[in-house]
Amino acid sequence: MSDWLGEHYTLVIVAAGAGLLGVVSGAVGSFAVLRKQSLLGDAISHAALPGIVLAFYLTRSKAPIVLLLGAAGAGWAATLAVLAIVRASRIKYDSALGLTLSVFFGWGLLLLTYVQNPRNVPEASKAGLNTFLFGQAATLLESDVLVMAGLGTAALLLMLLFWKEFKLLSFDPEFGAALGFPIRGLEVLLTSLVVMAIVIGLQAVGVVLMSALVIAPAVAARQWTDRLGRMVLLAALFGAGATVSGAVLSSLSPRLSTGPTTTLCASALVLASLLGAPSRGLVWRRLRQWRQRRQLREARHACLAD
Amino acid sequence: MNAAPTPAIEVTDLTVAYDERPVLWDIDWTVPQGVLAAVVGPNGGGKTTLLKAVLGLVRPAAGQALVLGRPYREQRRLVGYVPQRRTVDWDFPTNVLDVVLMGCYGRLGWIRRPGKAEHAQALAALDKVGMVHLARRQISQLSGGQRQRVFLARALVEDAQVYLMDEPFQGVDATTERAIIEVLRDLRAAGRTVVVVHHDLQTVPEYFDWVTLLNVQLMANGPVADVFTEENLRRTYGGRHGLLPIAGSAAGGWPGKP
Repeated sequence: MSDWLGEHYTLVIVAAGAGLLGVVSGAVGSFAVLRKQSLLGDAISHAALPGIVLAFYLTRSKAPIVLLLGAAGAGWAATLAVLAIVRASRIKYDSALGLTLSVFFGWGLLLLTYVQNPRNVPEASKAGLNTFLFGQAATLLESDVLVMAGLGTAALLLMLLFWKEFKLLSFDPEFGAALGFPIRGLEVLLTSLVVMAIVIGLQAVGVVLMSALVIAPAVAARQWTDRLGRMVLLAALFGAGATVSGAVLSSLSPRLSTGPTTTLCASALVLASLLGAPSRGLVWRRLRQWRQRRQLREARHACLAD
Repeated sequence: MNAAPTPAIEVTDLTVAYDERPVLWDIDWTVPQGVLAAVVGPNGGGKTTLLKAVLGLVRPAAGQALVLGRPYREQRRLVGYVPQRRTVDWDFPTNVLDVVLMGCYGRLGWIRRPGKAEHAQALAALDKVGMVHLARRQISQLSGGQRQRVFLARALVEDAQVYLMDEPFQGVDATTERAIIEVLRDLRAAGRTVVVVHHDLQTVPEYFDWVTLLNVQLMANGPVADVFTEENLRRTYGGRHGLLPIAGSAAGGWPGKP
């Protein structure tokens, strides 16, 4: 047993890290999807890039906690920018998201190019900041996974602790406000959980495609159940399934990034759920409609025959 | 005057504006305890905003609202709220019982989850609105009238002294309308105060004993028999209230409903 573990140590670490981030982003993403804020995740993850590069540039350290703090700070700044634009101007929410996403990401790419020039920052070439674009699960070290586990567990615990409040916030925020719950504060807390879920996935999945892991498992899970608890559980399982299989697939070829493989696995889950889920799936709905129409036709024939 | 009991709702000098356009202008509004009150007026006349201002959901430009003599913030547990049902996503993954249980979230406070006592209360409230057999039904499968009754049951679980309801009769079937009005009358019989944003002028004299006519300004407020007159309606709606026939001025002149 220990021989096997020694031999496959890297694979075990990578799979554990990938599975963990899949569970967290699937579970927390369910609330983002139900609140119709799927694209907020996209803005946060793209916006994290300049934060990562700046954190590295300022500290010259690639310790996971430093880079993740940079990512979280930039993700939060982007969220605040979106809210400020919506409140202060006549620009609508979706346009504000698009603007913020592209401006932050543009700055991120610019900074990344600057930092990676060995004449500017000699130690950058070995830091592997490039992997944050499309993700490389194989680069996960034990120390990375430990930080991810700490943050992920905290996010999940907070979600379970405020389960009732988050459900109220997602279903009927106005009623919640009338009951006296600080709805603004709950929104901030839930958004922070989304930021945490995204941040822990950036190294393995990358800023470009990380939002797929927030959205896809939740969308797939919604097809299979009508209960919030089961949906969150199922989304966590789907998320882990997508990340673990994505990490294994990308490890088969040394140049293959983990972001695309993970996203494709998650999309396959969504497609299968959209088509095949029992009551909401397209296949079964079509079949039910066809049966009903046939029954109606037969009933009409029977009437006419009388 | 001092002997008069505290009014259920007392609003003074209330002005609310969205983007500098006043929606409510200098409202002084009082609703006594133990009445079934209708708030009527044209669309955009500020009916919903008036309820939300009392509930602290919109920030007024001026004025204040008291519930049973004190600011709403101190009286939350005494107020029940039924929002318009189209304000929520009915495809949310939850069932009828779960939504009704939300009525006790305020009492439970942070983190605590509903237990046996709360489930019993929720089922009792569902029984009152004739929905107990649908307790486990997914909410997307409900009709409009059933959804309205779920919202009413959720408010009943709040066990409030003053109820504020936004258009509970909007687009519901006749069965639901009868079920709702019966519940409202029970509440009044138990000494509770119920304020309903209403749109069907025909049923005002039959259902309510107090009426508020609102069109940005408060046009009239008082017992239905005194203030629900053709002249007040014309002032409120600008002559196009489409209510025929108007016979005399008092409620007694209304054609009764079959």
